[in-house]
Amino acid sequence: MTPADEAPVPATSRERVLGRVRAALGGGAASGTPRLDPAVRTYKESHVPDDPASVLALLAHNLADYRAGVHHCTAGDLPAVIARLLADRGAATAVVPPGLPPHWLDAVTGTQVVHDDGTLTAHRLDTVDSVVTGCALAVAETGTVVLDAGPGQGRRILSLVPDHHICVVEAPEQVVTSLPRALPRLDPRRPMTWISGPSATSDIELDRVEGVHGPRTLDVILVSSSPPSG
Amino acid sequence: MSGGTFMGMPAFPQAAKAALADTRLRANLTHATHTIRTKRATAVAELDDWNDLREAGKQIKDHTLAHLDTYLLQLEAAVTTAGGTVHWATDADDANRIITDLVHATGHTEVVKVKSMATQEIGLNHALEQAGITAVETDLAELIVQLDDDLPSHILVPAIHKNRAQIRDIFTHHMHHWGRPAPDNLTDTPADLAEAARLHLREKFLRAKVAISGANFMIAETGTIVVLESEGNGRMCLTLPDTLITLAGIEKILPTWQDLEVFLQTLPRSSTAERMNPYTTTWTGTTPHDGPQNFHLVLLDNGRTNTLADPTGRQALRCIRCSACLNVCPVYERTGGHTYGSPYPGPIGAILTPQLHGTTTPLHASLPYASTLCGACYDVCPVAINIPDILIHLRERITDQPRSHPLESAVMKAAAWMLDHPGAYALAGQGATATRRLHPTELPLPGPAKAWSNSRDLPALPQQPFRTWWKKRPAGQGPHTPPAGEDTQR
Ligand code: SF4
Repeated sequence: MTPADEAPVPATSRERVLGRVRAALGGGAASGTPRLDPAVRTYKESHVPDDPASVLALLAHNLADYRAGVHHCTAGDLPAVIARLLADRGAATAVVPPGLPPHWLDAVTGTQVVHDDGTLTAHRLDTVDSVVTGCALAVAETGTVVLDAGPGQGRRILSLVPDHHICVVEAPEQVVTSLPRALPRLDPRRPMTWISGPSATSDIELDRVEGVHGPRTLDVILVSSSPPSG
Repeated sequence: MSGGTFMGMPAFPQAAKAALADTRLRANLTHATHTIRTKRATAVAELDDWNDLREAGKQIKDHTLAHLDTYLLQLEAAVTTAGGTVHWATDADDANRIITDLVHATGHTEVVKVKSMATQEIGLNHALEQAGITAVETDLAELIVQLDDDLPSHILVPAIHKNRAQIRDIFTHHMHHWGRPAPDNLTDTPADLAEAARLHLREKFLRAKVAISGANFMIAETGTIVVLESEGNGRMCLTLPDTLITLAGIEKILPTWQDLEVFLQTLPRSSTAERMNPYTTTWTGTTPHDGPQNFHLVLLDNGRTNTLADPTGRQALRCIRCSACLNVCPVYERTGGHTYGSPYPGPIGAILTPQLHGTTTPLHASLPYASTLCGACYDVCPVAINIPDILIHLRERITDQPRSHPLESAVMKAAAWMLDHPGAYALAGQGATATRRLHPTELPLPGPAKAWSNSRDLPALPQQPFRTWWKKRPAGQGPHTPPAGEDTQR
């Protein structure tokens, strides 16, 4: 399937483009493996100290700043918080991905839980009120949660079509300070969705309006082992 | 400076005041550019290593461009290994033909599109229409523009020239031609307008089988494609259909996944003035049972290799399409995006369009003159493209080439516009003496143009660049606070 292996056919677009690139760069065939000088990375690895409590507070602040609902709780309280958010929303149905810890849903009553088996269509998901997922990690400096389709996160479509997304972040292990700390922990071969606040647009006179096509309500639950202070 | 020249510094505050009064008439554009300009400066100021990030972004892009052939091959191999198919397009026709054939092969006649400058550059929607394929734009602003049969005027906010009442009317009058009509009694509040767009487009997303996107970044090492967006229409297009076709300029490559740590910090802050845009999607080839099962990547040259061949002009290929340079540009603010005659308006358009398409048509030759060389664009550019330098370089190229009458008159018109808008010109400052021969006063123009130039008192250039003067001025002097974002960089 590699085009280079095929018999030489002159002037395919591929060869023309590559030929022009090489000519523009002064001719010659492809050089060896280029390496960027690591010295160009003079920027900071992180802009904030590594104190877990303040990092979590920064994450909460930045999430809320972009209009996500932010909820602190302990691991023990998590099922109750999920149940309350679904009830407050009046969600009749909620979809969950494979691998979501079953006990997270122990306190849910009055909301029918739909388990994704990989066959739910976009039309079916359009009739589902909420989705509950975990995440791969969260980035405090930017107020971002990253989903990488791993266990408890599921197919990208699940967190896209329902209008209400509840996302659980387990602190401190899933929280990093910065983007330079986040990228090495993520596997680019997995499909990812980076979420920083609910869907928004500024296309009308640059007024930020929450909610166009993605979930218009994003609730992030920050779970920490110790009860939140303040 | 002295001698009462129109442009003399003592007179500047009055000139600036007049210019400001004038721009208020252009309420939509002025409101928009000023709002985002201030927000951007705030977002940038949060990062005390902004200059390092900017420099790293520049270095990474320059390095990539210097080894572009190698990285393109690496990308092709990685995408192919991950289950995607890579196509190469020498020019717009080539790309349109490839994409049209790919859509035809699916058997479908409607595609959903997420905003892409590259598809506008090649005129894809028109080509698809000729082939009997309907392309539905799904960005709110693109939708507004498409419904209104208008042209986008801004990279980031294509409907920046429309106010909310105009948008309400467009929705009410045109949505039903394309699908679900606008709700009755639609108001002009942004939330209601967004809701109307949500309902109108959702039925299209749910049934879409083919999507077309652009790309913000392509990672050579892994074959990963990265798309940043706000509304979720990107996620819809990139996730729901069976077939995804992505068109990207060959310069969109980054060598490694790690390199994103620079651009994911600089791009959202420069473009929407956010710490991070609401949604970023990344994908590598295809993933079983998740997202499109057929992925095609079309790599577009269309003049980029010409740009690459010019050592001065090449830096334009660093551009990450943030649109920060538009929002600070005094000329863009007064003229709007449509005058640039291409999908790339503002300062980036003035350097990119003539390089992609040559300087032999009147419009393209006039673009490098649509600038005061004030340097604000360079200051805000997150990859440090020296736009004024390239403009001067292109002016040299144009003055060196054999002229024809239409070319000349276009250049004269652009130059004349600048002179007729002293407010815009007054903001000029950078490199005045060095570039003197390239200013309109010095254009060696025969015939009627010469008469024109002899009959006018052309403003002299300030001896001290405005921006230098501004920074040194005593506190309290000047009619307004300096445009935000101007002094945060360099
Ligand atoms: S030239 Fe620079 S500032 Fe302008 S759009 Fe490109 S990256 Fe942004």
